[in-house]
Amino acid sequence: MNNAPSSVVSASKLGLTFETGDGPVHALSNVDLTVNKGDFVSFIGPSGCGKTTFLRVIADLEKATSGEITVNGMTPEEARKSRSYGYVFQAPALYPWRTIEKNIALPLEIMGYSSVDRKARIERTLDLVNLSGFGKKYPWQLSGGMQQRASIARALAFDADLLLMDEPFGALDEIVRDHLNEQLLKLWARTEKTICFVTHSIPEAVYLSTKIVVMSPRPGRVTDVIESTLPRERPLEIRETPEFLEIAHRVREGLRAGHSYEE
Amino acid sequence: MTLILRSWQGAAAVVLCLAALASLPLMAADAPSPFGTGTVVLVFLMIAGAAAISFTKLSQPLLATILFVAAHLAVWLLLAGIAGNEGKATLAFFLMLAASWLLAWRCVAVLSHLRPKSGAGDTFLRLLIPAIFGVWILILWEAATRGAGIPFIILPPPSAIGARLAGSVPILWADVQQTIFKAVLFGYVVGCASGFVVAILADRIAFLRRGLLPIGNMVSALPIIGVAPIMVMWFGFDWQSKAAVVIIMTFFPMLVNTVAGLAASGAMERDLMRSYASDYWQTLVKLRLPAAMPFIFNALKINSTLALIGAIVAEFFGTPIVGMGFRISTEIGRMNVDMVWAEIAVAALIGSVFYGVVALGERATTFWHPSNRGG
Ligand SMILES: Nc1ncnc2c1ncn2[C@@H]1O[C@H](COP(=O)(O)OP(=O)(O)OP(=O)(O)O)[C@@H](O)[C@H]1O
Ligand SMILES: [Mg+2]
Repeated sequence: MNNAPSSVVSASKLGLTFETGDGPVHALSNVDLTVNKGDFVSFIGPSGCGKTTFLRVIADLEKATSGEITVNGMTPEEARKSRSYGYVFQAPALYPWRTIEKNIALPLEIMGYSSVDRKARIERTLDLVNLSGFGKKYPWQLSGGMQQRASIARALAFDADLLLMDEPFGALDEIVRDHLNEQLLKLWARTEKTICFVTHSIPEAVYLSTKIVVMSPRPGRVTDVIESTLPRERPLEIRETPEFLEIAHRVREGLRAGHSYEE
Repeated sequence: MTLILRSWQGAAAVVLCLAALASLPLMAADAPSPFGTGTVVLVFLMIAGAAAISFTKLSQPLLATILFVAAHLAVWLLLAGIAGNEGKATLAFFLMLAASWLLAWRCVAVLSHLRPKSGAGDTFLRLLIPAIFGVWILILWEAATRGAGIPFIILPPPSAIGARLAGSVPILWADVQQTIFKAVLFGYVVGCASGFVVAILADRIAFLRRGLLPIGNMVSALPIIGVAPIMVMWFGFDWQSKAAVVIIMTFFPMLVNTVAGLAASGAMERDLMRSYASDYWQTLVKLRLPAAMPFIFNALKINSTLALIGAIVAEFFGTPIVGMGFRISTEIGRMNVDMVWAEIAVAALIGSVFYGVVALGERATTFWHPSNRGG
């Protein structure tokens, strides 16, 4: 196994088969992938190709049925127990009986941060996702986009240097999405976190990532890994440059190749 | 046609008035003190007049007031006329009673369409409408029992029950202390608390869950009639045996509901806790118990009713000479049905207050639940 200190996630020949009532479902097969420290990796692929499943394996919410995977050089379970990642789910999953700031405090309470520290972190992360002033509201009093931002704030509140995000902006409108993408890049640059990011949007994947993983379904596998040549500093306008369009084109080709496999 | 649609109750009231007019007098010919002609004319004028007004486009609050006053004044005159003529009311009397009831119905219909601007007005209406409803149950009950001469033993009129209630406050109070403050409250608290604790244990220990829940469902189907005498044998005649019955009755609804509630949190919410490497107790306190609160309050509400029934029925099987169940069983033997009804009224009142307090607690605790968010 290659356990170079810089590799945060390292999977080899990873496979996962769900045993269901009507036979086995091969959600992942033969996935080889290395995510290095400081990478921003996007996972893109058609619905059902195992993107969520792969993230869940990293997070030890699902167990691989074959192959090997290490997270921070440990097994996923050890990594989870040492609280090495923050997970942003496809839906906000805020607890309705807690206010927004109490929701952000939840991981901090569980991990035993002091109340002074909690306060400072809540303030900082609320500010980070542009929700200052909404801390005392309940989740159901906020729009879907605000709820999703609150759930990102919750994942950022504690010190995990790996951030797993499953289509966090899927339900948001284009403008808010642009804004949050920009914010996310800034945040990534400032915090030097490693980010694994699932998306359905090619421009989003190209804009954000240093590495784009193209996946295809039945069984879920990696068909292409594209290293981005874009600089780390990325204004929104970069999306009009030929270099950007070139990478987007490669991603689209990769997705097409995966699709033709089905027919 | 549209005129009639605007107030079909008014139209029906006019028809009833005409029918009553055709079948006068209001009391049988041999009634000792029949209605004075003036009173009869007044009642007819009020009902027919208010019915006519209900067709107009008067402002709604004013219309409601007129209907309210006319209906209740008319029915008060009718009820007052029964005195001395018990059991002599004729068809015309009941037709007029029905007509005034229709007017009150119209009044409530108008009231329930009002949208008061002030919060106080809104609260007032919310209380007034059920109050009118309740009063009319008593009015119809009073008129039916005294007007048609239903035997006292079968159904005493509410006025007699009220008089008995007012006259026996010390006895009723002693009964309430014995049954409610000792047996019901103690049994309820212990039963609910132990049901809750055992539910947590069952959640933690799989074999308890598999073994206890089916037994729980069986025990909750046990007839208290069978359990109560045994509890009296075990714990004696005083309130302790009644509390034991209440504990048995309240324990299992709490157990079953709490176990169901603990399973109610969503998969994603639990995954979130897992991703924080949260331990069992943290997940329990911060996620599963809050998510279980609607279920737990459901059990608390069911149990508030069960506890009352259990304690009262258990007293039928032996008590010291005090207690609501004891009073009901002895007074019915002495044909003092008004006292029995007085106890029933007290039990109903306490039951409602009990339920209301639990419901208020529920509103405060589960305000976040989609079914409560609006209010
Ligand atoms: N718990 C499970 N039990 C059985 N099959 C599952 C389970 N979870 C996922 N699958 C199957 O595994 C495959 C991959 O699912 P996954 O959720 O990872 O897809 P995805 O790429 O995230 O799709 P989407 O873009 O729609 O979110 C699908 O075919 C799905 O039906
Ligand atoms: Mg998914």
